[in-house]
Amino acid sequence: MIEPLTLGAIPSSAESLRPVVRAFLDEALRGRPMDRLARSWMGFDAEFSRALAARGWVGMTLPQAYGGGGKDAFHRFVLAEELLCRGAPVSAHWIADRQSGPLILKYGTAAQRDFFLPRIIKAEVFFCIGMSEPQSGSDLAGLRTRATRTAEGWRLKGQKLWTTNAHRAHYMIALVRSSGAPEDRHQGLSQMIVDLSLPGITVRTIGDLTGDQHFNEVFFDDVLLPHDALIGEEGAGWAQVTAELAFERSGPERIYGSMVLFDAWLQHLRSRSDPTPAELTLAGRILTQLVPLREMSVALTAKLAQGDSPMIEAALVKDLGTELEQAIPNLLADALGADPLAERPEDLLRTLSYVLQVCPTFSLRGGTREILRGVIARGLGLR
Amino acid sequence: MDALLFESIDRFVAGCSTPAVVREVERGQGAAALWSEVEASGYAELLVDEAAGGAGLGLPEAFALWLACGLHALPVPLAQTAWVRAVLPLAGLGAPRGPLTLATQCSRDAQGAWRCQNLPFGLVSDWVLVSDAQGAALLPVAAGERQPNGVFGSLQAHIHWPAQAAGALPLPGPIDLLHAGALMTATLMAGAMQRVLEATLAFANDRAQFGKAIGKFQAVQQQLSVMAEQVFAARMAAQIGCSGDGIAPHPLRAAVAKARASEAAEKVVAIAHAVHGAIGVTAEYDLQLLTRRLQEWRADFGSQGYWNAQLGQALVAATQPTLPYMLDELLP
Repeated sequence: MIEPLTLGAIPSSAESLRPVVRAFLDEALRGRPMDRLARSWMGFDAEFSRALAARGWVGMTLPQAYGGGGKDAFHRFVLAEELLCRGAPVSAHWIADRQSGPLILKYGTAAQRDFFLPRIIKAEVFFCIGMSEPQSGSDLAGLRTRATRTAEGWRLKGQKLWTTNAHRAHYMIALVRSSGAPEDRHQGLSQMIVDLSLPGITVRTIGDLTGDQHFNEVFFDDVLLPHDALIGEEGAGWAQVTAELAFERSGPERIYGSMVLFDAWLQHLRSRSDPTPAELTLAGRILTQLVPLREMSVALTAKLAQGDSPMIEAALVKDLGTELEQAIPNLLADALGADPLAERPEDLLRTLSYVLQVCPTFSLRGGTREILRGVIARGLGLR
Repeated sequence: MDALLFESIDRFVAGCSTPAVVREVERGQGAAALWSEVEASGYAELLVDEAAGGAGLGLPEAFALWLACGLHALPVPLAQTAWVRAVLPLAGLGAPRGPLTLATQCSRDAQGAWRCQNLPFGLVSDWVLVSDAQGAALLPVAAGERQPNGVFGSLQAHIHWPAQAAGALPLPGPIDLLHAGALMTATLMAGAMQRVLEATLAFANDRAQFGKAIGKFQAVQQQLSVMAEQVFAARMAAQIGCSGDGIAPHPLRAAVAKARASEAAEKVVAIAHAVHGAIGVTAEYDLQLLTRRLQEWRADFGSQGYWNAQLGQALVAATQPTLPYMLDELLP
């Protein structure tokens, strides 16, 4: 049985970061249109990422020996929630900051750490995650991309799909089969750091329904990887990915995905003299969901800070968080259409349209709703 | 929460509030005997100031007490008595012996006669704390006319007192009973929902259909996962409500606690009964001891509709965006 999450507090050392981040964002985000801000961790701006890095806000949790902040998970939480609630375009460095960097620190060789970590921390290199494949989505263990060990290095053949930012990232951490067959499931999988500039790699962008281009298909046509492309232990890829997903699933991006929209709607209500009782109740209803979720996310962060890998709790918070992220645009769509004669701000409607269209992805990325509920059920002792 | 404190309270409440005892009290018997056990435990003095002979603990410890009362559907008002006994000395009044409860659906007429409608734990209390804008009063149930609410197993009562009821103890100013009642009810609900989850998981692992435990079916697993999410969120909301110093709840935190618990209860009760099937709605099976209470508590001291409106008003009246608002005005 999963233990309930306990209310905790963010240490004041981490809290002291908050006003500094807010002051920076007041300047850095000035003049950006609301519907661009609503993209937040899907908004790519390499220059913005480097500006954060210049302030020490990329790789905050990585050791100082590599140029990192050497701070605990609470510092990153404070930074992340301020960035996300304001809609800062953090996509460029986000994956490296959240999971690739910690993964390399945990499983990498000294040489891999020396090479990658300083570059991640300076936002010089961006990462993407190669998990899904055409025949392997939720059933990740059935993947077919194969790395074969040869005298000159690893030979990589196969294809990844839905890889966010592959067209603008420098490296991919790919989960591949290094021995056995798809029927071997969790056995025989390994993680490889793939330099996306190598010959034999083709990246093809796939547009989404909002007109944005973030995901890709990536083809590996007998790509020669150096021996040290392997990260961690050969054959231990499944366990490594599982630990990595706890980072991916436990962050505040799983509760704040619709905050730019919600805050914009709130400002709209505040600008009017006559919010209706239904609108006030709706604002409260969303706040009621958000408050305990935020504290559950802080509790998860406390577990990460202790070095735990709270996979089941992270799945629980993510599923609940994405439910709220998806409820917000749908509830606001109803509220904003409640008076067909009223004029409504154009930028608010444009932002609403974006979030409404993209929100189905909130419960797809990082594990679908159904997969997460399966993880929770395992934690409850049902499977 | 203090785990050791919770364990000892939980052990005590589990021991005295067995399903058989709960049913007996609901049939109108045994409340006095149960209350004697509760009184002897000393837990009713948990929040009373040390100078007044209590343990002097605050809301974070009250969380442990209230959660345990909810977990075991304790059919006497220990949760309420512990809080009222702590608040009375602050208002300059010594607390009388006997079980106490607090009211919000109450009013007094021009002559000063009080009436309470659907008073939670009204059938098993000796005293009722009431309050309006003019002031508060502690009213002896014996001096009023008490009627059950007509609902099977319910411990609510309607009580009418005459003007100048014998033995009534007036208090100088008003006391905020709404937020306290909402917060303790939310925590009782969090406890009851946790127990409903445990019971439903046990049932799903035990009950076999189509040759296997129904908990092995993905459709059932997904429902139970949703239930667990709701139980966890409601518990966290109650913990937030019970944070801070002293025993007077922070109004917005109490609002979040009750709104979240009431919303969660709707889903938790529905899934628990769906998984249990017909056995779950029988009088002889214990699930109903919890789900009947949850349904009743959803509306006691304000439903989610009421509290969400309060929260929305506060949020819209402020000027900050949501995150700074939560951090400045709401979270501990």
